[in-house]
Amino acid sequence: MPPHSPIAVERLVKIYKTVPAVDGISFALAPGTITALLGGNGAGKTTTIASIMGLITPTSGRVSVLGAHMPQQRYRVLHRMNFESPYVEVPMRLTVRQNLTVFGKLYDVDHLRERIAELGHELDLVDLLDRRTGNLSAGQKTRVSLAKALINSPDVLLLDEPTASLDPDTADWVRGRLERYCRDRHATVLLASHNMTEVERLCERVIMLKRGRIEDDDTPAKLLRRYGRSTLEEVFLDVARGNGGEAREAAQ
Amino acid sequence: MSRRYNSAVASSARRISAMMLRHWYLLRSSWPRLLDLIYWPTVQMVTWGFLQYYIANNAGFFARAGGTFIGAVLLWDILFRGQLGFSISFLEEMYSRNLGNIMMSPLRPFEFIIALMVISVVRLSLGAVPVTFLAIAFFGFNLYAFGLALVAFFFNLMLTSWAIGIFVSGLILRNGMGAENLAWSIMFVFMPLTCVYYPVATLPTWLQPVAWLLPPTYVFEGMRALVIDKVFRPDLMLDALVLNAILFAAGAFGFLALLRSARRVGSLMQSGE
Repeated sequence: MPPHSPIAVERLVKIYKTVPAVDGISFALAPGTITALLGGNGAGKTTTIASIMGLITPTSGRVSVLGAHMPQQRYRVLHRMNFESPYVEVPMRLTVRQNLTVFGKLYDVDHLRERIAELGHELDLVDLLDRRTGNLSAGQKTRVSLAKALINSPDVLLLDEPTASLDPDTADWVRGRLERYCRDRHATVLLASHNMTEVERLCERVIMLKRGRIEDDDTPAKLLRRYGRSTLEEVFLDVARGNGGEAREAAQ
Repeated sequence: MSRRYNSAVASSARRISAMMLRHWYLLRSSWPRLLDLIYWPTVQMVTWGFLQYYIANNAGFFARAGGTFIGAVLLWDILFRGQLGFSISFLEEMYSRNLGNIMMSPLRPFEFIIALMVISVVRLSLGAVPVTFLAIAFFGFNLYAFGLALVAFFFNLMLTSWAIGIFVSGLILRNGMGAENLAWSIMFVFMPLTCVYYPVATLPTWLQPVAWLLPPTYVFEGMRALVIDKVFRPDLMLDALVLNAILFAAGAFGFLALLRSARRVGSLMQSGE
């Protein structure tokens, strides 16, 4: 493992009762990179991300974020992390500004008013700030969730399907903002997605999970070469359907 | 060291105020929630007030004991609404699917608990204070005439309500919305045992020691001593305080244990059943 990885996972195992959700995975992310965590349903993506966030105690193994062991030392680093997931929402009855104020205070953000105004401009939320979050469209809500995820200018950002249920135009817009944030802030991003176009565009590394194990781990270009495929979607299908080995052999 | 400590305390206070602000925004934006705070205490007070009015005019003892029912109703509401205010504020995070955001934020469990305690007092005040004035207007019963005794009653009842609220929130955290009903109903177990409307002596002898294990019993006995015998019993309040300290510690310990268990089984990521 590199000594200063913002996220380092070592031999992580998580067993729910008798079912292993994650089965001994290890990886470390380089600072300032965007990495995708790919896998079908039940592959262990959400459990891995939840372990990195400190929401789950591993059965065995170790997870460290910015040098702090999770979940034991999470309060040392939670103010430098944030996340977005379609399974979690910001309160719908509050206005966008109220939500960002609450989360800004929770993350102890300095000059909060200015930060909200800045995010309003960056994420095209200026006209929505005083509207109730529940009255916004799906695309607008996603931008609000993204603003919440960026409120503390995190060094580590975890994204679980950040463009799920968005139209292609909005999804592309969100990807552009994420790309820019990562570049400007030199932030480390771990992204779980089923959208291969998104992964190809954003990520310099792809970790492929299957039944709780790492099936493959490389750059998108090298994965395409290794499997002899022209799109990541085809690689994903090879791995998900258990044809990965054959595809690799055929390509060689 | 001192500067770092001060900065940590300031950050902590800011996070607590953030949670209070979140619930204040919610209450402000929702008139049905505000109405709900005041509706049931009013119905209770009016119903029991008229019952007492009727009995007082037909029985010698109750003529002397005027106010025990209304006093009991108002104090019971502090206990019940205090716990409900705590638990409902917690449930609001589940209803809005916001718990993941809260748990992933730097907010510590003790800060979350303190914020919910303060919010429960705000919710209780919004609901109960107007009702106390209605009691004066309708029945000439002035709860504030209890003076300092009211402070002792209030503090003890709130401690009990928080202890129960903290524990129930832990159960919901660990078991999901399947445990939601407990938030609404758990206090009613205490109603017969804490002798809200009758003296402890009314209970069967074997049940009386159980009643004396519960802090609110001391408050309701104390209230009757004050209304009927015109005597304030600090000994009862002190006993209640000791029991409350134990109950509160047990509630907080239970919450932390359930939170640890929730991290182990992965229920912090779920907000359904």
